Amino acid sequence: MAENKINRRNFLKIVGATTAAGTVELITYRAYAASGSSPNGWNGTSGVSGSSAASMANTESPTDHQWAMVIDLRNCNGCKACTAACQKAHYLTEDQTWIDVFSMTDSIGRSYFMPRPCMQCENPPCLHVCPVHATFRTDQGVVLVNQGRCIGCRMCMAACPYQARYFNWNAGVNYPSMPIKPTPEMPVPQRLGTVGKCTFCVGNLNDGLLSECAAGCPMGTIYNGDMITDVGVNSMGNTIKLSEFLYENDAVSFKPSQNTHPRVWYILGHGQNLDTDDAS
Amino acid sequence: MTVIEKTYEADAVEVNHSQSGNHWMDDVTDSAMSSMKNKPGKIWWLIVLLLGAVIVAGVVAWIYQLKHGMGSAGYNDRSFWAVYIADVITFIGVSYGGAVISAILRLTGQSWRAPLTRLAEAMALVTVAIGGAFIFPHLGRPDRFLNIVVYPNFSSPLFWDFMAILTYTVATTIFFYLPLIPDMAFISKMLGEKKKLWQRMFYSSLSFNWLGNEKQKKALHRGLTIISLLIIPLAVSVHSVLSWAFALTSRPGWMETVFPPYFVIAALYSGTAMVVLVVAGFRKGYKLQRFITDRHFTRLGYLMVALGLVYIYLTLADLITEGYTGITTGWIQQTVTGSYAPAFWFYVFAGELLPILVVAIKKTRNATGITIASFFVVISLWVKRLVIVLPPATQPLIAGPWGSYHFTWVSITITLAGVAAIPFLLMIMFRFIPLFSLEDMEEAGELGSIEQVSTHTQILARILKKYVGVEVAAPAKAEMTVQATVEGE
Repeated sequence: MAENKINRRNFLKIVGATTAAGTVELITYRAYAASGSSPNGWNGTSGVSGSSAASMANTESPTDHQWAMVIDLRNCNGCKACTAACQKAHYLTEDQTWIDVFSMTDSIGRSYFMPRPCMQCENPPCLHVCPVHATFRTDQGVVLVNQGRCIGCRMCMAACPYQARYFNWNAGVNYPSMPIKPTPEMPVPQRLGTVGKCTFCVGNLNDGLLSECAAGCPMGTIYNGDMITDVGVNSMGNTIKLSEFLYENDAVSFKPSQNTHPRVWYILGHGQNLDTDDAS
Repeated sequence: MTVIEKTYEADAVEVNHSQSGNHWMDDVTDSAMSSMKNKPGKIWWLIVLLLGAVIVAGVVAWIYQLKHGMGSAGYNDRSFWAVYIADVITFIGVSYGGAVISAILRLTGQSWRAPLTRLAEAMALVTVAIGGAFIFPHLGRPDRFLNIVVYPNFSSPLFWDFMAILTYTVATTIFFYLPLIPDMAFISKMLGEKKKLWQRMFYSSLSFNWLGNEKQKKALHRGLTIISLLIIPLAVSVHSVLSWAFALTSRPGWMETVFPPYFVIAALYSGTAMVVLVVAGFRKGYKLQRFITDRHFTRLGYLMVALGLVYIYLTLADLITEGYTGITTGWIQQTVTGSYAPAFWFYVFAGELLPILVVAIKKTRNATGITIASFFVVISLWVKRLVIVLPPATQPLIAGPWGSYHFTWVSITITLAGVAAIPFLLMIMFRFIPLFSLEDMEEAGELGSIEQVSTHTQILARILKKYVGVEVAAPAKAEMTVQATVEGE
């Protein structure tokens, strides 16, 4: 996983060095995270809090975690329990499938299922096209949306090659009243006229819990992983050494030609042709 | 009436100045100010009230949309961009046509433009305002619009869209306003002492102490030249940047290198057609047939068809590169044979073949024919924009069925309000300003003609002389046809 770390570092260095925009984004996130501390630990700010603006631009400082995900397609039976668990936890509407399960056809005509969360790209197209920096990337490698800033232009929906973004189109959804204000890490309730997407349940992860989709999967298909400690865990209690597991099982990322460098890997095993660029 | 003294050397074709004269300018002034002097009739009021009602309905629909969310306008996750962005492109597109055609004709010294420029520039100003306004229903949170300024992301195409539209709007306003200064001074002077307070404020302040002396004329002329030169690259940039909102994503059907020129040409094409429509409307409404003749329409018609041919060529170039390789053909199938096929072929027949035929056939090559063709061009180019927006937006990027967009009363009403706002704003605007630029008309009159045909070498020579200061031996004068002053009807 050393390779990935270097990629990320280089990427952030480029962003930080060449555009003031990159720095602004990090600063605003930190300011946001520092001010909005919550009792439930939903902010997921470990490794971010307490840094000064000067050290923010210096992305060499290690963080505790670099969150990742492995989806073992050999285990997925298409039950969509992950979708249901996610929607329940985030109080989403039925159409808002932050993790969606697609029914796919492989190269010899057999069908298989493929869960698709947000890929948490290291080079996220949605982030680059957002006109107001409402989409940002944390030090832990998670791409989040600040729904308090989003103007609802949906440019990110146009840019995302994974169809992973969902808009809040309709008023009148019965949202629960929550004890704290919505944060980018826990955007509940969703706000009308803004865009939302999978947050990797980064609050859960920082509290030592599985993401809702991983926890809800009865098949152990979804592993939450951390690239720093090189560990992955699924709902069946299986603990893997992340890098070895990916290597031994020939893990692939989805649509590598898009140059997005996802933090989500797929384990194939049924002759799938996942890395094609287009819906056939 | 006072005829302001002619001073520019511009287009100084040796024509006897005394040939034209006060009589001609009197007629021009009468016609130009007919929209202001005469009290509006019943028909004027009826049209304005009807259009006003449509606009009010649009505002009501927008308030409804704000309250109930954009789902009420037919949007969903699998058709996240649709009619409003097509509206933005269409309205700003026709604006470009008005501004650039006026600018190009001015720079190339086409004096036949004279009775058209004011109408074209006013149309450009009005439509860019409406097109810009359509950004608001397009946004999910228009209340946070200023975040673009407060937290700008310079790598976002939308930020540059905003900057380009803003700059272009300012330029269009200046381009509209500069030729208006002498007219404002003229009206202020004509009204004399009996003008009301608002008239004094309005005309006097807008005329900026215009005296019509040589120094002021020179400054105005230079300003107009600069803004005419500026507005062309500005408009190119606006439509290129608008196209990059699509082309800078990785969506098949949008990520096309042809998009910037594709959008620029579409804008010019629909804009020329819109100029024809506006000119036809005001020509009929205020009986300007004496000054705006069939010949103006046929010339605009030729221009329009030439642009139309470039546009269909680009359309074909866009479709064939991806269609032939067959890598990402879903959106092409949907466009040509699928659910968007009726819209696409409507564009081909009504928006391309019809205007070509109308201009090609001598019998239909007149004001009426070209106006009808222009109407279909404007409509079908709006439809074409929808066909550009929707298939790539609704295509499945992973698996599953295609998304779809369904019009609702909300999106239809808001779009119609934008359409109604064009004649509404123009009709009200021309209650306060003259229909022609008196300066342009005077110049044309002094040239002894509003029909001056120049070869392209002559045009080039004139541009070089005027803006670069290089004297080129212009072709023999014999090539220049100076035709009869005005054609009667």
